[in-house]
Amino acid sequence: MEIFDLTIHELHEKLKAKEVSSVEATRAMLDRIEAVDGQVNAYITVTPEQALVEAEAADRRIAAGDIAPLTGIPMGLKDIFITKGIRTTCGSRILENFVPPYDGTAVAKLKEQGAVIVGKLNQDEFAMGSSNESSYFGPVKNPWNLECTPGGSSGGSAAAIAARTATATLGTDTGGSIRQPASHCSCVGVKPTYGRVSRYGVIAYASSLDQVGPLTRDVTDAALLLGAVAGYDPKDSTSVNTPVPDYLAGLKSGVKGLKIGLPKQYFIEGLDPDVKRAMDEAIALYKSLGAELREVSLPHTEYAVATYYLIATAEASSNLARYDGVRFGHRAEEVRGLKEMFAKTRAEGFGSEVKRRIMLGTYALSSGYYDAYYVKAQKVRTLIMQDFLNAFNEVDVLLTPIAPTPPFKIGEKLADPLQMYLSDIFTIPVNLAGTCGISIPAGFSAAGLPIGLQLIGKPFGEATILSTAYAFEQETQWHLKKAPL
Amino acid sequence: MKYQVVIGLEVHTQLTTNTKIFCGCSTKFGSEPNSQTCPVCLGFPGALPVLNRQVVEYAIRAGLATNCSITQRNVFARKNYFYPDLPKGYQISQFDLPICQHGHLDIEVEGETKRIGITRIHMEEDAGKLVHADIQGVGDDSCVDLNRACTPLLEIVSEPDMRSPDEAIAYLKKLHQIVMYLGICDGNLEEGSFRCDANVSLMPVGSTVFGTRAELKNINSFKFIKQAIEYEIERQAEILDDGGKVIQETRLFDPNTGTTRSMRGKEEAHDYRYFPDPDLVPVLIPDQWIEDVRSELPELPEAKRARYVAELGLPEYDAEVLVSSRELAQYYEETVALFPQAKIVSNWVMGEVARALNEDNNRSITDCPVTPALLADLLKLMEKGTISGKIAKTVFDEMYKTGKAPEKIVEEKGLVQVSDTGAIEAMVDEVLNANPGQVEQYRGGKETVFGFFVGQVMRASKGKANPAVVNELLLKKLKA
Repeated sequence: MEIFDLTIHELHEKLKAKEVSSVEATRAMLDRIEAVDGQVNAYITVTPEQALVEAEAADRRIAAGDIAPLTGIPMGLKDIFITKGIRTTCGSRILENFVPPYDGTAVAKLKEQGAVIVGKLNQDEFAMGSSNESSYFGPVKNPWNLECTPGGSSGGSAAAIAARTATATLGTDTGGSIRQPASHCSCVGVKPTYGRVSRYGVIAYASSLDQVGPLTRDVTDAALLLGAVAGYDPKDSTSVNTPVPDYLAGLKSGVKGLKIGLPKQYFIEGLDPDVKRAMDEAIALYKSLGAELREVSLPHTEYAVATYYLIATAEASSNLARYDGVRFGHRAEEVRGLKEMFAKTRAEGFGSEVKRRIMLGTYALSSGYYDAYYVKAQKVRTLIMQDFLNAFNEVDVLLTPIAPTPPFKIGEKLADPLQMYLSDIFTIPVNLAGTCGISIPAGFSAAGLPIGLQLIGKPFGEATILSTAYAFEQETQWHLKKAPL
Repeated sequence: MKYQVVIGLEVHTQLTTNTKIFCGCSTKFGSEPNSQTCPVCLGFPGALPVLNRQVVEYAIRAGLATNCSITQRNVFARKNYFYPDLPKGYQISQFDLPICQHGHLDIEVEGETKRIGITRIHMEEDAGKLVHADIQGVGDDSCVDLNRACTPLLEIVSEPDMRSPDEAIAYLKKLHQIVMYLGICDGNLEEGSFRCDANVSLMPVGSTVFGTRAELKNINSFKFIKQAIEYEIERQAEILDDGGKVIQETRLFDPNTGTTRSMRGKEEAHDYRYFPDPDLVPVLIPDQWIEDVRSELPELPEAKRARYVAELGLPEYDAEVLVSSRELAQYYEETVALFPQAKIVSNWVMGEVARALNEDNNRSITDCPVTPALLADLLKLMEKGTISGKIAKTVFDEMYKTGKAPEKIVEEKGLVQVSDTGAIEAMVDEVLNANPGQVEQYRGGKETVFGFFVGQVMRASKGKANPAVVNELLLKKLKA
């Protein structure tokens, strides 16, 4: 077992026992990045000097007996997180050289605990994508099979866990961007309830859907890292002022008597047979552990993807207006006049998927179309939310696949955006409903590619999905398997 | 004139909160460019707005003072357009659910009272400023100053109820007075704290169908508003007289020429793509909040004026002048509280006090060195007969210059009025003896000479003789 293989809680014990120093752990991680990231391309920016300074500070803290769960742990951040003094690109050319003047709230919380940031992770440009192929900094390769995508948009955050180039990472999830890559890279990923984690200092894609969450090697780490970043933040008006439970303490509560719902709309014809098999095995396992499984209905599921692509793109078209070349980021040269500066800056700075979504969103908000598209989508969103609330009157947790298929090949779906959009059909409804979901490793396909299982909880029911996931993890070995890298 | 003008006004008032509407930066005017900015008001990636509660409170005040109903579930919307002074590429404003609706103000023009409807009042953030100048080290270029970006505004939109430039001015002045009374706006037109856009159209007299309107922008004084509207009436009338059609467009007022010119037409009008801002949650205003604000509203000028007339017995004119600003009214009321003779105080405030401030570079009443307490002391000295009215004016000037108490000045300069009959009698005798010719004239029936004697005695006493005693003694001696 190498240092870079350890989970947060394992490394924490060793740091606490002074068996290893944070500087050693950080060096090991930086060396590992140096050794394998050329193949994976999970990192956009690696920050060895800053990381070692932070590691030294962590070691001093540990020596003084002041160790928090994340003190000295080498972590990576999706490049959507604003980091003071560290380039933050959001996977886009338009922010290629953008160095922010401030830290976001989640990052500040990690730093307070003394976590060590080793670098910024690759992602789909502005988090728009399901395969990490829209990044200006090139696609991320799936450590389980370098020809496959790691999923997206937090592809770098998931791949770094699988490649063991970070102990844990933070990602963001707007329509599945944590859970789907976690599933494709066989790691644990949590999309918390909307409002659970502050969005301050997270570059906005779709403000009413974006949520920060952890990607980790096991459920314990996920509970720990979620607990570290969750909580009300006066700087984010949409964060919710409700206490954060002790997720770690509740992990072992078990599933005996737990009511698990199986939404019939998620177990459809055309589900990949390997995925189907993994779901069947998971269902059988939960039954054997004493959970009560029953079918439930989420009748508006089929409208979720269409609804998402109206709301998310509408918000994005407005959120991305600030990239105009005036105050920061890329500015086109040799332009005549203002209009040309705006147009050329944006034409050069944004990639094609971002442009497609800006155009879609602009259209959905345009006078004459607003009611037919945006307003209608909001109404459907309410129905989808209602579906979940109805289901949660009957059951405690929902169990579903994360994606209809195991990871697909790089380039396979690029020519057909609609096909790509549909691959998020099982994750998108959770964002629209604003509730929480977790992806955990649940097996491998015949070709050896990871398959994830999704557990969906009630709003602010993170503790329940974590303990349900933990019970599964205790009985399975999937999370212990290492990518061949 | 065969056309009837129809005018509607949109007023932007900048609120006097200490900090901006969605961040903690200062709203101070005139600081070093871009010194009052942060990631939020610069529109940096990842930054989020947080509403300043004071803005909501100020908006409720404005709504209650203009007879509006208050919307209890408020939603902020994004107004999307690109411009370099707009950091986020959208302005956070309100769209279909403004905080105040369906209000009105009553104005008076040529003795007639007229009701002007207020369609809506909404909260929004201001944009920054572009400075087009040859700036040292930058060259001939456009620079962006974002100090003003994200400062809070109320946009107050009237119904198209005004039918003359005078009505428009009366409405604006009234509104200006109210926001100043409410303490929510400093009312400074030149600094842009109170800005007005005017929608102007013409229709044939007797018609009920409005003509096509032009929107006039960039008008920053009451004088210019009148000029701009008058010019616009002339321009549109000429077009209509020639059988042409007025185009719906935005026109910029040029204060140098007093004319307006086209800025952009309807075909260039933006599609602002308004939608609810997902970064802000709806603002709920419970009844209790509205009632709390209502109970703390200051007495407004209209009510104050009526009270001055009814309770203090002031003439309409005095009341009107005294309520013209909240500060002046407060000065007056504080003085009356200490010296309860309403009309005498009114005369002094409108007379000596106003004159002194005016001569002192239009100094504000709040900075007046003669405080209400000092003025009341002075008036008391006059009432007691310690000094004459004439001397009181001299003492007032000295008080204004030095800030000293009137008793002290009277004492230092020996200005105490002489009421001692013996002393005055001696002076009277002296004057009469020295002017036998005039005494002859008076006794011969030319009673106007009496004033001459009074003047001579007052001069001999250096103004200190009690005029009533002087009159009495003179009469007695002359008639004897």
